[in-house]
Amino acid sequence: MEAGVVLKMQGICMTFPGVKALDNASLTLKKGEIRALMGENGAGKSTLIKCLTGVNKFEAGEIYLDGFDGPIVNKDTMDAQSKGIATVYQEVNLCPNLSVAENLYIGREPLTKLGTVNRKMMNKKAADLMRELELDLDVTKNLEEYSLALQQMIAIARAVDMDSKVLILDEPTSSLDDREVEKLFQMMRRLKNKGVGIIFVTHFLEQVYAVCDGITVLRNGQLVGEYEIAELPRVKLVAAMMGKDFDDLASIKKEGGSDRSNAPVYLEASGMSHAGTIRPFDLNIRKGEVVGLTGLLGSGRSELARVIYGADRNQTGSLKVNGKEVKIKNPIDAMNLGMGLLPDDRKAEGIIADLSVRENIILAVQAKLGIMKRIPMAKQIEITDKFIDLLQIKTASRETLVKQLSGGNQQKVILARWLATNPDFLILDEPTRGIDIGTKTEIQKLVLQLADEGKSLIFISSEIEEMLRTCNRMAVLRDGVKVGEIDENDMTQMGVMKAIAGGEHDE
Amino acid sequence: MKKLKINSNTLLLLITIVLFIVMYAAGCIVYASKGFTHLQTFLNILINNAGLICVASGTTCVMLTGGIDISVGSVVAMDCMIMAVGIERWGWSSPVLMLFILAIGLVFGLVQGFCIAYLDIQPFIVTMAGLFFARGMTAVICKDQVSIVSDKIFTALAGYKIELPFGGYVNKKGTMLMPYLRITVIVALLVVLAIFLMLKYTRFGRSIYAVGGNQQSATLMGLDVKKTRLKVHMLASFLASIGGICYCLNTMAGTTQQATGLEMDAISSAVIGGTLLTGGVGNVLGTLIGVMINGTISTLVKSNGKLISSWSNIITAILLCFFIVLQSIFARIKEASK
Repeated sequence: MEAGVVLKMQGICMTFPGVKALDNASLTLKKGEIRALMGENGAGKSTLIKCLTGVNKFEAGEIYLDGFDGPIVNKDTMDAQSKGIATVYQEVNLCPNLSVAENLYIGREPLTKLGTVNRKMMNKKAADLMRELELDLDVTKNLEEYSLALQQMIAIARAVDMDSKVLILDEPTSSLDDREVEKLFQMMRRLKNKGVGIIFVTHFLEQVYAVCDGITVLRNGQLVGEYEIAELPRVKLVAAMMGKDFDDLASIKKEGGSDRSNAPVYLEASGMSHAGTIRPFDLNIRKGEVVGLTGLLGSGRSELARVIYGADRNQTGSLKVNGKEVKIKNPIDAMNLGMGLLPDDRKAEGIIADLSVRENIILAVQAKLGIMKRIPMAKQIEITDKFIDLLQIKTASRETLVKQLSGGNQQKVILARWLATNPDFLILDEPTRGIDIGTKTEIQKLVLQLADEGKSLIFISSEIEEMLRTCNRMAVLRDGVKVGEIDENDMTQMGVMKAIAGGEHDE
Repeated sequence: MKKLKINSNTLLLLITIVLFIVMYAAGCIVYASKGFTHLQTFLNILINNAGLICVASGTTCVMLTGGIDISVGSVVAMDCMIMAVGIERWGWSSPVLMLFILAIGLVFGLVQGFCIAYLDIQPFIVTMAGLFFARGMTAVICKDQVSIVSDKIFTALAGYKIELPFGGYVNKKGTMLMPYLRITVIVALLVVLAIFLMLKYTRFGRSIYAVGGNQQSATLMGLDVKKTRLKVHMLASFLASIGGICYCLNTMAGTTQQATGLEMDAISSAVIGGTLLTGGVGNVLGTLIGVMINGTISTLVKSNGKLISSWSNIITAILLCFFIVLQSIFARIKEASK
């Protein structure tokens, strides 16, 4: 192996039943390098990572690791870990019922002379590690007492502490806010200086250019190319990933932002709140208007939407729909008023993995109708086919189980579920998180199209760019309070950032 | 650093302990005339439930991994039958038989654990098969009741009283009666202690919690989940065998119908003691208290004299509901406070 290279994967091939997941894929990682692994959904990023960590068995190809003479094959994650390959996954994979210290050291706890776990030593080591990484928490507390973002940081700290040669970060930033992402980057840079090679799997282009040295691009299980960051500007990267031109993404701006300021008011919330999550707020939404909710993670974006929808009980104030006062006690009431909510956690709250695409799409229509009234099969098929076609859901058939679809397509299925009820008002909470750019663009276009049809929407996203493209107006939240609104004229990346950060007047 | 952390899990255990004390105190006040206040009454609960304590300790470990083992009651019955028939018909000596029974427990757990962990079959189904097998085997070995009379070592062990130097009382005839324990109680308490230390201070113990907390995470953190599940089922069956020997020392007989439903007593004791059926949360000390609460309930019902013994089932049912509701309330509070 060449000098300075810590990991080399060559000609990796792997098939899932009926699908060639990896076809001659390769990756080279140098010591002290942060390399982005990019590609659309289904490009084979996760599969390649899993081949490396021993979760998947690959059929052909070799993996070379610094310090080993011949090619290596990892039996399982433990084996990979012992060779110096550590992974932090997209979903936090720790045990909520154990203490922070135990989560850091389980499987390799310091032992006493008797061979029992030395808790004192473990807690001390854990506390030292937390201090070094500038994480302020009590290591003896159970993990479940900390926020998801902190749990993620702990997962990374665990990998950091294992003296790994190769650290794989699989979408670690999807649940972190900007400040936390910056902290993570600091951590990554510190590791890089120590000589660790880092594979960074992400969908966020900005983050790639903020922290990475090199980029490896996959498409359809094949290697498109391995680049240095300087030789691959964004447009080229996107083109490489999608195999199409950037124009498609850019064109979206022209369609957006039709003026709705004279349209009739559809929804009028005044003084609504839910104790502990969102303070009293007012919000008007006009017909055909897309209102963005923006703010840092945990600022109350989702919570505001949940109160309107009746998912959390409204405790004060009132809500008018089309000028008439309404009481929404639960989501069924909201649905009967023509509302729909696409939740941000599609695994827990949205998708039913073991049902087919058709059954998932029909679900909301059925719930609205009441479970006793059966929808004729012909009608179900008609609805399903219509939305598979409209949203370009990539599925083998309408009876394919949803769990077999990629993340982006699952998201489309949930979207189809709500569209099938023909709602007047739709709340989309992070509809594009964790899905590829192509699908993202399609969903953004669809939002604008729905607005043109006269539907009102609330759009929640962590990506300001995306909201600028789709929203007519934005409401800004901070720490559970709606602090203001930004109208079309002030809607620039800078303006929004300033509003979110708030308060400071340093010129 | 604070030594004692009160979180909802320790609070559950605390409630269980308080409930036990309140219940026992109530018994002492209401049934003082029937000897409830005597230390021996308390010790009798331990003596009568020594076998159950061993069995429930194993059940707790399995439940902590998120699994279940409903075969243990039948295993106890099979053990008792092997013990009785072994002594009376086959003429084996009791120490050999005890080792034999413990070995059977390990093998039984190995088979069940293998099916569950490596063949990935539902633990409920596997251990239900185990339940039928062991119960059937009991009758195949012998379909009659066999009493143990001829083994000197065994009868000596069963009859041995460990007298305590305090807490005695004078009976109607004027003799001083000192409170006593049986060997089974010592065994049971040692089992609880050993499991407590194992769960808290060994890698295996912590792996049990990790597997129960999130099996996928445990795998990804590099723990051998399958091996942990296999071992925990072996442990449960092994402890069921120890429990079986204790049970046999108490009944001195093997019958086809004994220890029926013991597995359910074990599960209910664990739940009352704060172990979650979903796994990851619980403690063997809680289970010990859970067994004691169940024992106290039946002692209370017996002391009343007028109530039929089935009332203790009803009270246990109410308690179980109470604890499950309590657990879910705590889970909600925890969720809301996030």
